[in-house]
Amino acid sequence: MSTDLNTLRQLAHLARLEFDERNEQKMLGDLNEILNWVEQLRELDTTQVEPLVHLSRELNVLREDTPRNTVSHAEGLLNAPRKDSDYFRVPKVLE
Amino acid sequence: MRRFNSLTEVRNELTAGSFTCRQLVEYYLDNIQRKQHLNAFLEVWADEARQQADAVDAKLAAGTAGKLAGMVIGLKDVLAYKGHTLQSSSHILDGFKSLFTGTAVQRLLDEDAILIGRQNCDEFAMGASNESSYFGPVRNDLDHERVSGGSSGGSAVAVQADMCLASIGSDTGGSVRQPAAFCGIVGLKPTYSRVSRYGLVAYASSFDQIGPLTCSVDDAALLLEVMAGPDEFDATVSHEPVPAYSRQLEPQAHYRVGYIRDTLERPGLAPDIKQAVETTIEQLRGQGHVVDAVDFPYLDYMVPTYYILTTAEASSNLGRFDGVKYGYRADDATDLESLYKKSRSQGFGQEVQRRILLGTFVLSADYYDAYYTKAQRVRRLIKEQTDELLRQYDFLILPTAPTTAFRIGENTKDALSMYLADIFTVQASLAGVPAISVPAGHDQQGLPIGLQIMGGAFREADLLAFAKHLTETVAASVTTP
Repeated sequence: MSTDLNTLRQLAHLARLEFDERNEQKMLGDLNEILNWVEQLRELDTTQVEPLVHLSRELNVLREDTPRNTVSHAEGLLNAPRKDSDYFRVPKVLE
Repeated sequence: MRRFNSLTEVRNELTAGSFTCRQLVEYYLDNIQRKQHLNAFLEVWADEARQQADAVDAKLAAGTAGKLAGMVIGLKDVLAYKGHTLQSSSHILDGFKSLFTGTAVQRLLDEDAILIGRQNCDEFAMGASNESSYFGPVRNDLDHERVSGGSSGGSAVAVQADMCLASIGSDTGGSVRQPAAFCGIVGLKPTYSRVSRYGLVAYASSFDQIGPLTCSVDDAALLLEVMAGPDEFDATVSHEPVPAYSRQLEPQAHYRVGYIRDTLERPGLAPDIKQAVETTIEQLRGQGHVVDAVDFPYLDYMVPTYYILTTAEASSNLGRFDGVKYGYRADDATDLESLYKKSRSQGFGQEVQRRILLGTFVLSADYYDAYYTKAQRVRRLIKEQTDELLRQYDFLILPTAPTTAFRIGENTKDALSMYLADIFTVQASLAGVPAISVPAGHDQQGLPIGLQIMGGAFREADLLAFAKHLTETVAASVTTP
């Protein structure tokens, strides 16, 4: 399996990343190398094996749904890189 | 003041009145200062540690002190501690302060531990050498040109270099055990779900576990006992009763131990490490334990399976870093999409971006079944086979890593060669079983060798008792000249 520049650009877009031309080539090379390497899993016949999804043995861990404020409004905004008195600020979304 | 290797030693001196917790904290602060060049700590909480020490001294005098009174601990930079910076050694969390204290850390505080600072690690715990940290590599105290191991590199070196008695790290594919091996200390990864992950920055949620790095098995047992157990903030955490591990460290007379034949036949395994494991096997047999070679057909498939699953989980977990709510924001964005893209591309380092890309690939519609589901199926094979071996044997022993601490820069050019540093540690992570690395002598260059022991799920009490037995009677005598 090897992938191309178009696929890499689509992946980068999906992951909300961007690369300049030099890094694009480097990432494509790395990605292909890793994909070729993980290819060896195909040698294993897993047609009769169910995927293992959860490792925890806990089932239906429930507690009373009591309302409480763990983080206040002011605390929620504390770490924001840009904010006003009430909201996170971002570049204009609607014209 | 001399170096202490366990809390019991510290407590004896505190009881005898040889010094106070306050003086002990000054001792460690002084060591941190003198060893600054190792780059183990990102932040030192000197004044707070002094205040905590005074409070613990008062409690000791009043006879009300908790289990961890006298233990000075450092935290890997992935653990939330209210009001303190938390950055996962990443640029993208610049200036972030935690709004709450995670469960494991809170339990340390409740038992009167003294927290001395925040420790360097690989960015988002992704790495095996601490070289992916935004704040630069951690240096091994035995040889400053060599790595600490990773990702809990700062945490391991801080214990190695006597900057604190213990550290709390996190282990996804070996991140506690491998740096412990490179630094000649003890590193424990508990059973998956044994310790609450609330307040641990997520890397790969079906693997991540919090674990201690210590000088002694006794301290690892005590720290696990304090941190483990149910937590209403983590729905995955186990409700299995938590034994008093620290008081169940008596070994049994006869153990059944397996070792995977192929682990010792791998071309990349350093000869001195192979010899250390073989010597251990012979000595265990000499003590009357059964030690058998066993076959495990999936050795070559473990690291690829691990990378598919962890990168998939990471690409999802790291989606929350968008430059909007906290951390770094690019200042050259023109619209919301470019705000996300520029903040993430400038904020994440290269290794993190590589893993996000790979994770996005294996989760994409066209490749999901061929890669992600396939790896989940192989994980089941690996887990079932590992569990089966751990039904036949009390423990499996194997090297913690194929080499001792390598040189800084030696493996950074090639992502795959770095990934293969995890070859022996990912098995316990894929199977969700506990594993511990204990010191087993040194190689011919004087670098520490780590021996790894894996045990059955939730059988940490047996694992720790055997590990203590090994460090006291076997590993101590395995020294390659």
